[in-house]
Amino acid sequence: MGFFLETLIGGLMAGMLYSLVALGFVLIFKASGVFNFAQGAMVLFAALAMARFAAWVPEWLDVDSRWLANAIAFVLAGAMMFVVAWLVERLVLRHLVNQEGATLLMATLGIAYILEGVGTSIFGSDIYKIDVGMPKEPVMILEDVFAGGLLINQEDFVAALIAAVLVGLLALFFQKTATGRALRAVADDHQAAQSIGIPLHRIWVIVWCIAGVVALVAGVIWGSKLGVQFSLVTVALRGLPVVILGGLTSIPGAIVGGLIIGVGEKVSEVYLGPMIGGGIEIWFAYQLALLFLLFRPQGLFGEKIIDRV
Amino acid sequence: MHAMRKLREFAPTVAAGVLVLSSLLAAPTALGQAKEQFFPVLVYRTGAYATNGSQWANGYVDYLKLVNAKGGINGVKIAFEECETAYATDRGVECYERLKGKNGGGTVFQPLSTGITFALTEKAPVDKIPLITAGYGRSESQNGAVFTWNFPLLGTYWVGTDVAIQHIAKKEGGMAKLKGKKIALVYHDSPYGKEPIPLLQELGKTYGFEVQLLPVAHPGVEQKATWLQIRQQKPDYVLLWGWGVMNSTALREAQATGYPRDRMIGSWWAGAEPDVKDVAEGAKGYSALTLQHGAEPNAKVVKDMLELVYAKGKGTGPKEEIGQVLYMRGLISAMLGVEGVRKAQERYGKGKVMTGEQVRWGLENLDLDQKTLDGMGFAGVMRPVQSSCLDHMGSSWVRVHSWNGSKWEFSSDWYQADEKVIRPMVMLASGKYADEKKLKPRTPDECKK
Repeated sequence: MGFFLETLIGGLMAGMLYSLVALGFVLIFKASGVFNFAQGAMVLFAALAMARFAAWVPEWLDVDSRWLANAIAFVLAGAMMFVVAWLVERLVLRHLVNQEGATLLMATLGIAYILEGVGTSIFGSDIYKIDVGMPKEPVMILEDVFAGGLLINQEDFVAALIAAVLVGLLALFFQKTATGRALRAVADDHQAAQSIGIPLHRIWVIVWCIAGVVALVAGVIWGSKLGVQFSLVTVALRGLPVVILGGLTSIPGAIVGGLIIGVGEKVSEVYLGPMIGGGIEIWFAYQLALLFLLFRPQGLFGEKIIDRV
Repeated sequence: MHAMRKLREFAPTVAAGVLVLSSLLAAPTALGQAKEQFFPVLVYRTGAYATNGSQWANGYVDYLKLVNAKGGINGVKIAFEECETAYATDRGVECYERLKGKNGGGTVFQPLSTGITFALTEKAPVDKIPLITAGYGRSESQNGAVFTWNFPLLGTYWVGTDVAIQHIAKKEGGMAKLKGKKIALVYHDSPYGKEPIPLLQELGKTYGFEVQLLPVAHPGVEQKATWLQIRQQKPDYVLLWGWGVMNSTALREAQATGYPRDRMIGSWWAGAEPDVKDVAEGAKGYSALTLQHGAEPNAKVVKDMLELVYAKGKGTGPKEEIGQVLYMRGLISAMLGVEGVRKAQERYGKGKVMTGEQVRWGLENLDLDQKTLDGMGFAGVMRPVQSSCLDHMGSSWVRVHSWNGSKWEFSSDWYQADEKVIRPMVMLASGKYADEKKLKPRTPDECKK
């Protein structure tokens, strides 16, 4: 029982991180109807910026405190993500208003390649470290209840907590603020939103900025866990089955989808893997997503698309 | 307007000038080609494995530059061209096809990927270009009678697996002490990661230890479930057969689940600076096999490199990486190719450009004794390599090194793989391959030709 609980908790914590990555997809899709293939590249770019600034700031400003250096680096990396958002709107999206979804999707694919290339050109392709003081050693709890106790990965726990807070804040922002409502209006219909005076271009910059900050937080967490390197791009792929499961337009969907995928893949790998050769963790998530696409293509919480014919 | 007219008047003159200048610039290259030995270089500087791939590539290319700086191979300069594979088999094959006929034909290919090696194994005999796979590739390709163009010089994964088990046995107090032990293999779910499995299972049967197989999907950033299973099963040792980010992730997960790092032994592709640098103290005590060499900042060849290549601003990568583990692996791989050409020249004519077929003869007759190696600047770095027509591996010596929190240090004496264990498996697997492909293995008499 203790081991099952450990697997379950591990899955929930991993799932929370998947939710964070999935959130990036959901935010941009909600506000612009674009499936942003560049989300992974944004995570890598933001993490690279954070890691390099954290190393450069102490040299530039003669700062001794790691916390202060990290805080300045976070602000600078955030500023870079703002510049990225502004450039994306200026150079790409502005020219593609009211274009087909496939056109916008291809444009984000292009943005991904540019961000990956420019990011590694500016910051290099070595493995960089982000040290924000996340605890690395595990802790044991409930040793009296379960034989050997329950092992909790402190780093995952803190990361899941940060992800949960960010997800909560964003849910509030979308539901309770005027800008959040404007973002949702733009997602429903570009032209209709423009006709009632919602500044489309500014809204796009805002939403790409928010997605940039989400990418930065995801980059810091994953970068701290794995080291900042090109593989972070693949982390975003973990968000794909999550959004298919939860629905592309739903923030609660991203959270629930993330948790289901997280738990599903860990439990399946641990209990089903040994029977069929192991290594099923990754394709299990996609298999689950495929099932949903067959029977509930809008996902658990997504809006059902009804087209007039 | 006036300026435009002027430009139009001068255009033919300018065009003719450019033509003459370009032909002048091209002339030395064209002339040079006749005396250049072409080394196609398959690399991956992008993608998920870029960090590790770049270091190997820098060492490889730098060594070719060093040879040129010293006057070439008996006066024959080396030309080379890189092609990016991103560690993808399809791109590797594409690179091979693109480069095999360039500049008079490729001398030797070194794909740095077991997957690409599998794909090129059937192409190399057709094109008559040797494949050097130093420390990777198909383990049964040691048998030169069947795999006539593959050269897994210095060691195969079966050599590595055997030595890893010898090392564990030594720690436990003898081979008999392995009985009842549990050894987990955490492996990259790819041809590379799967290579040690048959030998490990065979050794398990022989010595009575249990083998637990735990595959990790590419690129290896998600291993939580794997390490939860390790925590549940509590293996006595973990063999780590990873590459790139998979290695550092495994070490982090080991730390996070409390698995002792001094009970983890990596393959020689899981024991370089990028694998542990970031984990630092968390990886302390972790050991890995070496393909003879470790980090060798004090080797003479490294000093030569700094003096003859880097001091002249011709270095490929960052200066601080010179002498690191994967840099040395690339450098030694290039050296083996160069020495194959040098050996071939002894038979087919010193100072001449060698064909792929001639280089194969050179690689089958490599005889790098300690004196030669020491003279080349590899003293303390590696042991003699002596290949033959039937043995394409040439050496099976391995050491173990351990991460002390800030650098790799040798932590064992030399081990030699047990030929009594490996040879029968090599013969069996290569025989099966020959049957499948309807190949007639070479006889010792044919080898003399």
